[in-house]
Amino acid sequence: MTEQMTGAQSLIRSLEHVGVDTVFGIPGGAILPAYDPLYDSVKVRHILMRHEQGAGHAAEGYAYATGRPGVCMATSGPGATNLVTPLADAHMDSVPMVAITGQVAAPMIGTDAFQEADICGITMPITKHNFLVKDVRDIPRTIAEAFHIASSGRPGPVLVDISKDALQNSTDFVWPERLDLPGYRPVTKPHGKQVREAARLIADAKRPVLYVGGGVLRAGASAELRVLAELTGVPVVTTLMARGVFPDSHPLYVGMPGMHGDVTAVGALQKADLIVALGARFDDRVTGRLDSFAPDAKIVHADIDPAEISKNRHADVPIVGDCREVLADLVVAVRADQEKGRQGDYEAWWHRLKQLRTTYPKGFDAPTDGSLSPQAVIQRLGQVVGPEATYVAGVGQHQMWAAQFIDYERPGSFVNSGGLGTMGFSVPAALGAKVGDPDRVVWSVDGDGCFQMTNQELATCAIEGIPIKVAVVNNGNLGMVRQWQTLYYEGRYSNTDLQTSPLDEKVRIPDFVRLAEAYGCVGLRCERPEDIDATIEKAMSINDRPVVVDFTVNHDAMVWPMVGPGVSNDNIQYARDMAPNWEHQD
Amino acid sequence: MSRHTLSVLVEDTPGILARASALFSRRGFNIDSLSVSTTEYTGLSRMTIAVNCDLHPLEQVTKQLNKLVNVVKIVEMDTTASVQRELLLVKVKADASSRTHVLQTAELFRAHVVDVSPDVVVIEATGDPEKLDALVRNLEPFGIRELVKSGLVALGRGPRSITDRSLRAVDRSA
Repeated sequence: MTEQMTGAQSLIRSLEHVGVDTVFGIPGGAILPAYDPLYDSVKVRHILMRHEQGAGHAAEGYAYATGRPGVCMATSGPGATNLVTPLADAHMDSVPMVAITGQVAAPMIGTDAFQEADICGITMPITKHNFLVKDVRDIPRTIAEAFHIASSGRPGPVLVDISKDALQNSTDFVWPERLDLPGYRPVTKPHGKQVREAARLIADAKRPVLYVGGGVLRAGASAELRVLAELTGVPVVTTLMARGVFPDSHPLYVGMPGMHGDVTAVGALQKADLIVALGARFDDRVTGRLDSFAPDAKIVHADIDPAEISKNRHADVPIVGDCREVLADLVVAVRADQEKGRQGDYEAWWHRLKQLRTTYPKGFDAPTDGSLSPQAVIQRLGQVVGPEATYVAGVGQHQMWAAQFIDYERPGSFVNSGGLGTMGFSVPAALGAKVGDPDRVVWSVDGDGCFQMTNQELATCAIEGIPIKVAVVNNGNLGMVRQWQTLYYEGRYSNTDLQTSPLDEKVRIPDFVRLAEAYGCVGLRCERPEDIDATIEKAMSINDRPVVVDFTVNHDAMVWPMVGPGVSNDNIQYARDMAPNWEHQD
Repeated sequence: MSRHTLSVLVEDTPGILARASALFSRRGFNIDSLSVSTTEYTGLSRMTIAVNCDLHPLEQVTKQLNKLVNVVKIVEMDTTASVQRELLLVKVKADASSRTHVLQTAELFRAHVVDVSPDVVVIEATGDPEKLDALVRNLEPFGIRELVKSGLVALGRGPRSITDRSLRAVDRSA
């Protein structure tokens, strides 16, 4: 069955075919033809953003909330280049996303035409794949392939650049019956022998740890993970990208590892004799100095991307496969071993870990001057709002505190920019998450630096009816940079004071409450510890508009624990100048 | 560091050369030579990439290359189990006094003269990189005006073909 239509119509029809219900974007010259049929579509809602970067992060937030590829759209040249940051972000964190950009007409390509940029060339290293479409007939097939590639295997961003003439020309709409990608065959089924070997190592280990990464979230394998953990009794650590994949309240949970991880989680990895890495990539923020990371541990490394295995740390047992299938098969293999009487004994190990947890619990020192503690704000937010909400962080101190002091019980309840560390991620990603899952409360936990990078999307939220809530943890500074200046640059605070909450009586620039109001949102401010709960409750009671809360907090709070840059995890500081005593075990 | 030769079967799509070569530069090592040609199947091209690097980074690059959607297959060509050849064109000064010696040298390497002018000859030679290096060394005293090499190409010895197991992939275009 074919039907005559323009390339633009065939694009929108193709998006409808793959089940797209939302597109985040901004029109412009080269993509303009696509916006005409989009105007008529009853299946696809277009959300008009205020910046293409916002469109990209919104698509990411949508993908987190739904598990389906988020879609963003931009015009050629500057529209497309503004998508570079979110594409790189999605690439680092394996977020399924499809970006559609207009390109100048095919005969103009390469002539330095108005608003021309070689976006396929620019995004080659930061996309899973990209396409340049110059022939109108290729549009449906390319869209089908783009969505398949973005969402299968190790998910990631795919960019489809379509020339303006391809959008304008006429074509017979033909939906491809099957995809033809001879070079793209992700391996999802793990090798049985490797899985049995992993099960054997788990049974033989004395000090095993399940090192769980974002791949388990992407694979939707939380339930399988829990079965394996409970079957074996092996302690579980979840990385920044995997917070919530395993419930924080679970007795087998020992925390988040990494530069600002729990002492217990860092210690567990460091002292382990077996690390079972599941959808994790031994990132430098987790391993610290690689050559002294977990020196006594054998490594089982399961990942859907073969290139991750043995990239940073040699894997003794490599397993290529989808984490859900790997975990399901591991459960079968472990059960078979247990029926034969092979079972690990980790009692001494647990004793040691529990001692660490008792000696070095999560915590912070509240400021003594009566000012607001940022950690307390974030902790109370999690407690008052609860685990059913989605929390979307930016990047920096507030992000680490949000990872440390909010208890996550649900996969996908914590969304943040992990690999790329993109300031400005939070507000648009929260917007996208709210659109993807409108019945859920979505809190953006942002810093004053991050917030000023993308807060224009509050206009989008207000106008499009997307009532997110934003907690700006406002310490008036680029807080994490300031922390490093305190620790490594003798307190020389070069260019980190943003003046959003000056210590003297100077005016706040900008005043976030008035800014929120200018954007049609409710603006609230909280400056005293005794007002935290009431302010959060006030924000929770407003559901017809976005709410922005300016939590004006202490400037000097620092994120602890901390493994300094280039330092071994052995030398983690529990608080400033205070290293844990690993040997203080019986 | 050791020399490695990779045969990479790719879909013949625009940009695949840039995608492949960018992976090498991103991981910070140089390609010694790279040649691309059509194959026995329409729609499939074959790259031969010669690199000088350690085994671990090579493994990493190979895995990254394999992730490219348009890369169908990668095989490392072992020097003992494959035939590896390069084509050399070299323009050498050859006046009346030196021409005989130049031609004799070419003959020793089973090279051919493919262009002659009063003061220079262009010599064509094929062989493995060591043989071509030796030829160039021997021609240098006469004065080399310019030279160019095709880059290494390689085929495995014996009856098997790297396209065998990719046949399903190319059915559509064969």
